[in-house]
Amino acid sequence: MTEQRPLLEVTDLVKHYAVRGGVLRRQVGTVHAVDGVSFALSAGETLGLVGESGCGKSTVARTVLRLVEPTSGAIKLDGEDIAPLSKTALRPYRRSMQIVFQDPFASLNPRMTAGDIVGEPLSVHGIATGAKKQERVAELFQQVGLRPDQMKNFPHQFSGGQRQRICIARALSLGPRLIVCDEPVSALDVSIQAQVINLLIDLQRKQNFSYLFIAHDLAVVAHISHRVAVMYLGRIVEIADKHELFANPRHPYTQALLASVPIADPKARRTAPLIDGDVPSPINPPSGCAFHTRCRYAMDRCKTERPALQAAGTAHQVACWLNDGTGRSE
Amino acid sequence: MSEAIPAETVLDVRNLQTVFFTNSGLFRAVDNVSFSVRRGETLAIVGESGCGKSVSALSIMRLVPDPPGRIVGGSVTLEGTDLLKLDDAAMRGIRGNRISMIFQEPMTSLNPVMRIGDQIIEAVRLHQKVSSKEAWKQAVDMLRLVRIPEPERRAQEYPHQLSGGMRQRAMIAMALACRPALLIADEPTTALDVTIQAQILALIVDLQQRLGTGLILITHDLGVVAQTAQRVIVMYAGKKVEEATVEALFETPLHPYTSGLMASMPAVIALGAESDARLNEIPGMVPSLTNLPPGCAFAPRCKLAIDRCRQEYPPLSEVKPNHWAACWRAGEIAGAS
Ligand SMILES: Nc1ncnc2c1ncn2[C@@H]1O[C@H](COP(=O)(O)OP(=O)(O)O)[C@@H](O)[C@H]1O
Ligand SMILES: Nc1ncnc2c1ncn2[C@@H]1O[C@H](COP(=O)(O)OP(=O)(O)O)[C@@H](O)[C@H]1O
Ligand code: SF4
Ligand code: SF4
Ligand SMILES: [Mg+2]
Ligand SMILES: [Mg+2]
Repeated sequence: MTEQRPLLEVTDLVKHYAVRGGVLRRQVGTVHAVDGVSFALSAGETLGLVGESGCGKSTVARTVLRLVEPTSGAIKLDGEDIAPLSKTALRPYRRSMQIVFQDPFASLNPRMTAGDIVGEPLSVHGIATGAKKQERVAELFQQVGLRPDQMKNFPHQFSGGQRQRICIARALSLGPRLIVCDEPVSALDVSIQAQVINLLIDLQRKQNFSYLFIAHDLAVVAHISHRVAVMYLGRIVEIADKHELFANPRHPYTQALLASVPIADPKARRTAPLIDGDVPSPINPPSGCAFHTRCRYAMDRCKTERPALQAAGTAHQVACWLNDGTGRSE
Repeated sequence: MSEAIPAETVLDVRNLQTVFFTNSGLFRAVDNVSFSVRRGETLAIVGESGCGKSVSALSIMRLVPDPPGRIVGGSVTLEGTDLLKLDDAAMRGIRGNRISMIFQEPMTSLNPVMRIGDQIIEAVRLHQKVSSKEAWKQAVDMLRLVRIPEPERRAQEYPHQLSGGMRQRAMIAMALACRPALLIADEPTTALDVTIQAQILALIVDLQQRLGTGLILITHDLGVVAQTAQRVIVMYAGKKVEEATVEALFETPLHPYTSGLMASMPAVIALGAESDARLNEIPGMVPSLTNLPPGCAFAPRCKLAIDRCRQEYPPLSEVKPNHWAACWRAGEIAGAS
């Protein structure tokens, strides 16, 4: 990766949702779904986004694609901030950014043939019609491991893994530079998961696009990503090169998360889980470091001051007072 | 099939056969499956979706929806009694009392308009004659046992007021309230985040060992199996294809499906692996039970398949001591390892 300018650069992204209550539907609170997230993604690179449900992964994904309007922050694609663009001004950028969702069934129109589903973006963007479109769709089918004769079939005639291939073919149709994958294999069986992960890896090798890859399964993320960002309550608490993050996790939350993954080796049995309790509500997130209510290293300072993401070694950033030079996490 | 059942065995399932009658014909969701569970032991049942894990559990509980399903053969012996021979009233006396079950989604078995404490009381008083005051105290004690903070207050709350992890704890409290001999947990942590999963699994295993309950843990996650079980059975397309102690299974899987599953799992700790290393995939997909191939159901996906596999179903055999596999080539696999 010799690129100087990242393909995608997100700075201080914030997305708040109003919580309304009472007969007058007055705002009674704010969901801090995404609370100041920054990261960059190079061409051909995969950034994994992990964290427990509700920590804001999908909201990051959707705001980056402008499927959800950000409250504030910049989203630069190739150096151009797309956050303030109008719908029309955004149109040319839409082609470059695609999304693949978790549930391959819910995201496919049951009354359209698989071929029409994959070819639709081509007609919508006026890129190809008629025989030329059919040809391109057949090519896309082959790229994702489906047979062109399956173009005439309807979604219910495909298995879960094949449906996800249809979604991937559709995402590829416009030659995107960024594909956001929001839990793309979470609904699939292990043996099918491996097939889809391999497909995603093969496609990236050939076409050099970038993935923003979200999954709650750390092993899947660890496998496919080059770099990984860990989110907790709307913020990135640690981001690093994949190997570095898994070998040397610095944030107590990352450590607890890794230690919770059940390892498929009976000789590596664990005894006590590292953290107790549930993730607090994002409506009134804890002050200071949002993790302080569950952190076994929490100090007074953690309750009042919010630690910023700071460099902790090469290609490794962490938001924790333990990495402030005053202490060390084990 | 006349071997004596060892005394400490709480559950012995022999040649269980459960079928479904559907528009596309009859299919065998559970096909001649046998296993047993001892006191205080955890038996994991692992396999991908549709292989018959839940139907096995529902068969033990006698909760298979009929129609379209029916148990057509075998025996389910709990503490010496064949449950398949009991009438409905006798079975109601067993369920929730001698065997309990917890599900993936606690909300499906919790009553949304009833306080948590009252639901536990109901579970207790169905089987035990206790005063309402005593029952409430037991309910609070159960919530404390499953480590729900402030159990007195939580007992007064409704299910929607609890987080997913707390609801699963409440389910466990309810399931264990009558101190059953057997607990069946069907994907109890699949819907939970990984940190909560670790807490719930640790809780289930701790309580099960302290109370001496036999546990059947159903999961699709080999990591969960390795972390919790003593013995494992692997199912594929309605059949048991392998059974072993957890150590033996992970050390030397003897069925190609089991080793395929293990190889297709990405590992967090495989740090040496390149970012874009391909995973070993099992080609193809799980066959539809209505359209099973003759011979070994795994043959269309198996790298080791030989002609015989496509013609004759391989019987389950004890390839190594206490290690069974249903594969024509398991002997060779065991020899090569
Ligand atoms: N449209 C919405 N309105 C209100 N709150 C929302 C909305 N979408 C998401 N949220 C909240 O924002 C938080 C982050 O959600 P999400 O991004 O979906 O998390 P994740 O994908 O990590 O599970 C959650 O608390 C969620 O309930
Ligand atoms: N109520 C039902 N009606 C028809 N088929 C069913 C029913 N319940 C389960 N099955 C079928 O029985 C087979 C085994 O299902 P199940 O035991 O639920 O699998 P799993 O291993 O995922 O728990 C599947 O093919 C499933 O479709
Ligand atoms: S800043 Fe404090 S509370 Fe937050 S993770 Fe670090 S030590 Fe724990
Ligand atoms: S019996 Fe044959 S096809 Fe079946 S698992 Fe064994 S080697 Fe493979
Ligand atoms: Mg999400
Ligand atoms: Mg099931």
